[in-house]
Amino acid sequence: MSTVAVEEHHEEHPSGIMRWITTTNHKDIGTLYLWFSFIMFFIGGLMALIIRTELFQPGLQFVDPQFFNSMTTMHAIVMIFGVVMPAFTGLANWLIPMMIGGTDMALPRLNNWSFWILPFAFTMMLSTLFMDGGGPAGGWTLYPPLTLQTGNALPFVIFSIHFMGMSSIMGAINVIATILNMRAPGMTLMKMPLFVWTWLITAYLLIAVMPVLAGGVTMLLTDKFFGTSFFNAAGGGDPVLFQHIFWFFGHPEVYILILPSFGVVSSIIPTFARKPLFGYSSMVYATASIAFLSFIVWAHHMFTVGMPLAGELFFMFATMLIAVPTGVKVFNWVSTMWKGAMTFETPMLFAIGFIILFTIGGFSGLMLAITPADFQYHDTYFVVAHFHYVLVPGSIFAIIAAVYYWLPKWTGHMYNEKLGKTHFWLSTIFVNVTFFPMHFVGLAGMPRRIPDYALQFSDYNQIATIGAFGFGFAQLLFLWLVVQTIRGGAKATDRVWEGAEGLEWTLPSPAPYHSFTTPPNVIGEWNWFTHEHIETTKTRS
Amino acid sequence: MKQTKWFKLISQYLSAALIFSISQLVWSIQPYNMTEGVTDISHRVFNLHMLTFYICCVIGVIVFAVMFYSIIKHRKSKGHKPAQFHESVSLEFLWTAAPFVILIVIAIPAAQVLIAMEDTSKAEMTVKVTGYQWMWRYEYIDHNVDFYSVLKTSRDEIHNNKGKNPNYLLEVDNELVLPTDRKVRILITSNDVLHAWWVPDLAIKKDAIPGYINQVWTKINTPGVYRGQCAELCGRDHGFMPVVVRAIEPEEFDQWVADQNTNKSFAAIQNEKKILAY
Repeated sequence: MSTVAVEEHHEEHPSGIMRWITTTNHKDIGTLYLWFSFIMFFIGGLMALIIRTELFQPGLQFVDPQFFNSMTTMHAIVMIFGVVMPAFTGLANWLIPMMIGGTDMALPRLNNWSFWILPFAFTMMLSTLFMDGGGPAGGWTLYPPLTLQTGNALPFVIFSIHFMGMSSIMGAINVIATILNMRAPGMTLMKMPLFVWTWLITAYLLIAVMPVLAGGVTMLLTDKFFGTSFFNAAGGGDPVLFQHIFWFFGHPEVYILILPSFGVVSSIIPTFARKPLFGYSSMVYATASIAFLSFIVWAHHMFTVGMPLAGELFFMFATMLIAVPTGVKVFNWVSTMWKGAMTFETPMLFAIGFIILFTIGGFSGLMLAITPADFQYHDTYFVVAHFHYVLVPGSIFAIIAAVYYWLPKWTGHMYNEKLGKTHFWLSTIFVNVTFFPMHFVGLAGMPRRIPDYALQFSDYNQIATIGAFGFGFAQLLFLWLVVQTIRGGAKATDRVWEGAEGLEWTLPSPAPYHSFTTPPNVIGEWNWFTHEHIETTKTRS
Repeated sequence: MKQTKWFKLISQYLSAALIFSISQLVWSIQPYNMTEGVTDISHRVFNLHMLTFYICCVIGVIVFAVMFYSIIKHRKSKGHKPAQFHESVSLEFLWTAAPFVILIVIAIPAAQVLIAMEDTSKAEMTVKVTGYQWMWRYEYIDHNVDFYSVLKTSRDEIHNNKGKNPNYLLEVDNELVLPTDRKVRILITSNDVLHAWWVPDLAIKKDAIPGYINQVWTKINTPGVYRGQCAELCGRDHGFMPVVVRAIEPEEFDQWVADQNTNKSFAAIQNEKKILAY
């Protein structure tokens, strides 16, 4: 009885808008991150639809080429920094304390700050669209000298990138501090769920590379306004230096965008196969190897800049190596499914869609690693198809799968399964209608980032545009479903899924404001089948 | 009895239709593959592309076949009971080692092609390509020929006031004329921002970077017109600076160079005017 009173005391907090502004609670902050990401998803999606509308037919129909370029630039920045990264940080906030048996994140005030930077950063970023000279139009890679031709927007873009970087670094510090300090007794590192593992490694990647990006963009800023010549050949600088700096950040960044998805899928597949994850430790080692390799492959984004032969060979071989740990992961997921007792609820469907379509993106990645062939693929729609396959049915599908999987735990309500499945099928069909034809137009020779194209690319571009609209509207269904689930629905059980494993499922649904006020008992061997520890933890109150 | 007969007929019809439509699809996809191109190197690049593609297909078919077999057979709704295994050292070793071997199979020819592509020695002539916002300049270093190459497609066509011709956006006023059967070294640089000089049929794509001079080479086997585009975002009109190469027989080329030199003063004036107009 006294415990209840204490918990009630803890749950005192300001109501209304002040609750969200002043919150230091990991669940509130997780919710904020997730909603922020969801809103940005529709903003970034709208930009994608502007791009696809212009590309529906050859000729210039709707937008000016300069605006088109700022749409491709902004779409990328919004989707990467505004959607995928905040969504994963939101998931980390919600889930990591529950998964490791902690109360909250280790650094709650820092947590509040790292979220609240983001809305300001993105307001500043998006406001550049209305500035003299338009938004940034030099591509999200910000290559000089072109980026230095940006109008008034440039300093605002650079400062907002600094803010996003600060937010990510603080988020990463918090994740590391939480995972290393807040684990329940007995929760050794090699017992942590893979989502926690992949996030731990992602957080280290973030801390390692975000400052590199910050340095690079600051050099752009001083080149533009303070007379330095870091990237100006006429002043003794080197435009290619920026590309090396950028991709030294950029390649680990693409793993920052995908590693937590591996963790999500590794949680979902065993649940619905009702069978433990195959090769847990090899999954951990594979994640670590991918993270390590991500630091020594950056120049494969710049094979065409003209590197020495030895450099091109090294980066080709190193890049090909990534196929090995990635393959291990895919094989492990398939083996987890093998001889399980599978059911196909929406999270499972999205997870299976992830494995298949991410693997297709992996295959085109292997093709791109082959330097001589990359000369033909580079900067064409083949590359666009590749990275959208790993990011949309990759990262985004994993995020959606995670939302379906944990939504009952967050809200206490079951979502509408029929609507969820409809959302899955519409998304999967349209994502392929959108991005599969891009492989073909790319191979046929269509460069990326062009507002108008030669006639032979017309038909597949039309198909892609139709697919993009289909995919976009299918996501409105998702929004509707999430709102509906928050408002009501069938009561979710604590365990939610028959095969669900892990500490978060031992908490009631919806999860209490403070996750584990008493550490759960996870000492001893983890037993996937008898739920031994889960029983002990249930007796905590 | 009758029903099964109908069912058989319909399923036969449907499978025939399916096979037909797949073959149609494969046929229609043909021009949407990478070009084989017109140089020995471009053929080798194409073969490398197809080799990697087929290897990916085989791996994909195997992995997805296992996965779908499992999805169909190992369902709870079919009463399948979950197995308990969660590791196998030998299996895990196998699928770590096997990809290594496959990668080596790809890496060896890839390295060979790359080494051949980078060997710009023993060239018989040199052309310097300079990227501008938004056109190309071609200088024939050994022949004293120098001109700019600008998009020829009319504004009316771009803004849909006029029908589009078949070479829409892939046509220029002055084409880069090159001889067949001669090794040509191409030096690539830029005057302002980054560009990339790309001709798919020659399997050449190289960035044009201010302050850098990149080298590539080609030896074209077949006369013809080969079209490409700028492949590195270079600003507003990035989509409007195509590359057109006209390959002609060596004797014809020598004649062309001679003609250019007699008309040189005229061409030079023309070019200057164009630059001033920009």
